[in-house]
Parts: sequence; structure tokens; C-alpha cells
Amino acid sequence: MSSDIDTGKRRFLTAAASVVGGAGAAVVAIPFVASMAPSAKAEAAGAPVRVDISRLEPGQLLTVEWRGQPVWLFRRSPEIIADLATLNDQLRDPHSQQTSQQPQYAQNPGRSIRDDLMVMVGICTHLGCSPTFRPELAPADLGANWKGGFFCPCHGSRFDLAGRVYQGVPAPTNLVVPPYHFLGDDVVIVGESAEGAA
Amino acid sequence: MFANMMNWIDARFPASKLWREHLSEYYAPKNLNFWYYFGAFAVFLLVLQIVTGIFLTMNYKPDADMAFASVEYIMRDVQWGWLIRYLHSTGASAFFIVIYLHMFRGLMYGSYKQPRELVWIFGMLIYVALMAEAFMGYLLPWGQMSYWGAQVIISLFGAVPFVGESLALWIRGDFVVADATLNRFFALHVIAIPLVLVALVVMHIIALHEVGSNNPDGVDIKKYKDENGKPLDGIPFHPYYTVKDIAGLTVFLFLFSLVVFFMPEGGGWFLEDANFVPADPLTTPEHIVPVWYFTPFYAILRAIPSVAGSSFPGVAAMGLAIVMLFLLPWLDRSPVRSVRYRGPYFRTALAIFVVTFVMLGFLGTQPATPTYTVMSQVFTILYFAFFILMPFYTKYDKDKPVPDRVTD
Repeated sequence: MSSDIDTGKRRFLTAAASVVGGAGAAVVAIPFVASMAPSAKAEAAGAPVRVDISRLEPGQLLTVEWRGQPVWLFRRSPEIIADLATLNDQLRDPHSQQTSQQPQYAQNPGRSIRDDLMVMVGICTHLGCSPTFRPELAPADLGANWKGGFFCPCHGSRFDLAGRVYQGVPAPTNLVVPPYHFLGDDVVIVGESAEGAA
Repeated sequence: MFANMMNWIDARFPASKLWREHLSEYYAPKNLNFWYYFGAFAVFLLVLQIVTGIFLTMNYKPDADMAFASVEYIMRDVQWGWLIRYLHSTGASAFFIVIYLHMFRGLMYGSYKQPRELVWIFGMLIYVALMAEAFMGYLLPWGQMSYWGAQVIISLFGAVPFVGESLALWIRGDFVVADATLNRFFALHVIAIPLVLVALVVMHIIALHEVGSNNPDGVDIKKYKDENGKPLDGIPFHPYYTVKDIAGLTVFLFLFSLVVFFMPEGGGWFLEDANFVPADPLTTPEHIVPVWYFTPFYAILRAIPSVAGSSFPGVAAMGLAIVMLFLLPWLDRSPVRSVRYRGPYFRTALAIFVVTFVMLGFLGTQPATPTYTVMSQVFTILYFAFFILMPFYTKYDKDKPVPDRVTD
């Protein structure tokens, strides 16, 4: 009796059934995996935010929420703007060559459209904490060379007042500049570039 | 009457057989000491966490707008809600204390060595599942530390080259940690991972009972058996160790109750101060630290600087720190199990490793100052050296002769 069993055929059928069954299981997994991706509602929540900066004094920071993330608007004084260039040799990417971190129109020394206004996503590029605003000069904990900037309390990453990352800290890249544009002098639209701008 | 009923059941379900194989005729070495309590405590804590967890879900709301308030509601308005929640939160920290001591026991007495490799692997999988369970549970109160802790850990996945960002987005289900994240963590915390945990615990125990328990002398008690085939140095788990473990459990419960009733926040270690503030996606607390049981690995993460614009090396090092533990059975080349008969190299290495682990744990709770960063780097090297050098120092160690039978 047992000599009648075609084991080769049996093995082939088992393997074929397993492959087809496995492929079926993999296909069924797709909807479950996809259901965990951002929903249509979460995707739609990324609408641009309108910010009035008329009352933002030099040295002041305003935090607004865009896509659930903090976005900083910081008014820079002429001294701060002048200080930026002096920091270049302490920074990892002083000339913003990592193009993913800012729109093309913000790839300049101040990483901004206008020198006097910094617009930045306030999320550390290391592990997503929101750095602390530390505008004071040479505080005890940050050292005598500190010219003001942002310090991440989670892992000690440091950024200057143009969101550029210092060397020797865990954060790999400069802070992200979101797409934005001005409506007149005093209104900023965060979350979308001006029409025609890249 | 009772015998008849048992016969009826046994003909249909192997109740008596299971009882004999795992309790009344499972022979454990007679010399199990203090360190062997922690496995039993862990089982107790698993049950406690599941029971308190079930009752917490009756009042908790997994919704970003309601979660924080629902926890406060449990604390203030639900009858005995505070007790159930403190049992659950203290239970989480106690679980890790017990598991770390349980793992240290394995390290001391070579319980991971042949033939117990799979017992160790299942145990390590339980440890990893437990970390996932604890991490997801910590998001649920939706406090500041919940929120930013989750943000940091999920961002770890974002550091994986190429697919990282999409992976982190998929885990969160939104561009930042948000309602979708809370909701899915709740699902994973209350059903998915507990099921996995229970299954792994069953496999851990089945594997253990297949090969038999190790003991502080690291000798094989199955070598010497009496005329009935019972190990001469073995005693039935029930009643000897069931009673002993219950006695130990009462002492454990004294200490556990002390925390639950008199210092449920554990001095800010079990429930962190910042978590009494509702989650705020716009501000990170000044000093953010993970709960104490993650800090050794967190210190390793912070110790590794980013390389070529990527923070992946730190993340990889943290993952490797756990992978190393899995490899232990194959890294140890010594024929001797127990530290009692090991030579000076292993004893020194183990002592350094304990200090290293505790120091990394401490450093993980501290701000990343330059001194602490250098210290973290030194201890990270020591941590990995313990494992990477193990094949060498265990092979050339001057081990002592191991007795044939257990000694006490």
C-alpha cells in the first residue's frame, strides 16, 4: 500500500498549497497594515496657519501649532543677524547644504525669507523633542561662547538662532524650515510656499 | 466521589497529568536559594498587572482629549480607583525590579548555558515584550512625560536609514504623537502584547520543565537518581517550593504595599513629576527622562554621537545592547555554570558588568553634561566589552572543580 504513495507529488502539492496560502495571508495583511497609516483626517489636518507678527518685538519668540507641531517665529535684531556669520566654524552645516531641511528660498545665511524673521519647526532633528529657547548670552550651563539659540533638553543638541546645528551634538541636521510666505509685512502663512516659489 | 470525578476529567483532559508533570512530580534542586524567588514573583506580578489592568480599562478613556482627565477621575472619583491604579503603576516598576534580579540570577549561575538556551531566549523575548508593554502603557495617562517619552522613542525608528521616516509615521499614525497613537497604543497594551506575554511565559515554563531547573551550584541533578528514578538532590516543586515561594511572596508583598500605600510615586522614579501635567505638543519638559527601567539603554543611546548626519549608530547600539543578551549562551565558552566555581576573570567581568549596568542606569537619568557624556561612553564600552570579550575570558579562565552533587 505504502509503495503506491507518490511522495514527490505529495511534497509538490504541499509546497504549492503553502505558497498560495502564504501569498493569500500576505495580501490579507495589507489592509491591516495600511489601517495604521495616517488616516484621511490626519492627512487633512496639515492646513496652513496664518500668523500675525506685527506685535513681535526683536528678541521675542512666538510658537504656533502647525500639523500638531510647534512652529517658532522669532524676530531677530541686527546684532543677532550679525552674530550668525561668526558661528559658521562651530556648525555642522553652516551653509544649509542639506536641501531637505529647508525650502530653496530659505537656503541662505539666515535660513529665512527675511533676515529679521526666523520661521522654524521647533522639533529637534535628533529624536523629536522640542528644544528650549535660550536667548541669553553665555549662561553658566551652555558656556561662554553661547550667542543665544535653542538647546534640546532631551539629549543636549544645540542650534543657533537660524536653527543651524552645532558640531559634536547628537542632532544630525539643521532644524527644518517649513514652507511659508508673507502676506504683506505683518502676516505669515505657515505651511505653504508663495505661488511659483519652489 | 472526588476520585471518580477526577477520573472522569482525566479521561477527557490531562488535569492530573499536568499537575504531576509541573508541580507534584516536577523535581527541582533542593538547594535553590534566595535568588530563585523572583521567577515566582514575576508570575504573581503578571497576574496582578492583568487583573488591575482589566479594572482600569473599565474607567479609562483612550482619547487624547479625555485620557488625562479619565486617569484623574479614576484617582479621585472611582471607588478604590486610586488603589487599583497605584497597584498597576507600582506593579510595573516592581515587575522590572523582579525581572532584572531574575536575569542577574541567570547570569550568576549560568542558567542560560546548555541545555537551557531556549529557556533563556524565551525569557529574553519576555523581557523585550515587557519593555514594549511598559512603554505603551506609559503613554496612556497622556501626561507630559508620557507624550515626550513616546515622541523620543518613536523617533528612534525614524533614524533607521531609508525607511525610518515612513516607519515612524506608520507607528504614530499621524505626523506627531497624537490621538491615533494613543488609541493604537491602548489596543496593543491591553490585548496584543499581554497575549504575547502570556504565551511566552507558558513557553518559558514548558522549556524549563523539559530540561529542569538549574541551581546555585550549576550541577546537573539528573545524574544521580534513586531506585525510583527520582533525582537524589531534587524535591517535588509542590509542596516544597510552592510553600516556600508563597512565604517569600508575603515578604515581597510587605515591601510592595509599603510603596503602594506610602510612596506610590516612588520618589519620582515610578511616576515622574512631569506626568502630572497634561500632554502639551508645543513644549518639552525641561528635564525629560524615561522611567528608570529604560535608563541604561537610554544612556547608551545618548553616548554614541551621530555619524555622517545620521543618529542611527546610537539607535543601533541601543538595539545591539539587547541583542547581546540574547547571544549569551553562545558567547560563554566556560564548561562551568555557577559563579561559585568560576575563575577570577569571569567573576571580575561580572562585577564590572553589574557596576556598569547600574551606572548606565544612573547616567540615563541625568542631564547630558560633557562629564556625564564621557562617563556614558566609557560605561557603554564596558557594557559591550563584557559580551564581546566573553568568549576569550571564559575560555582561558581558571575555573575551579565543580562538585558532583549539590553542596547545601
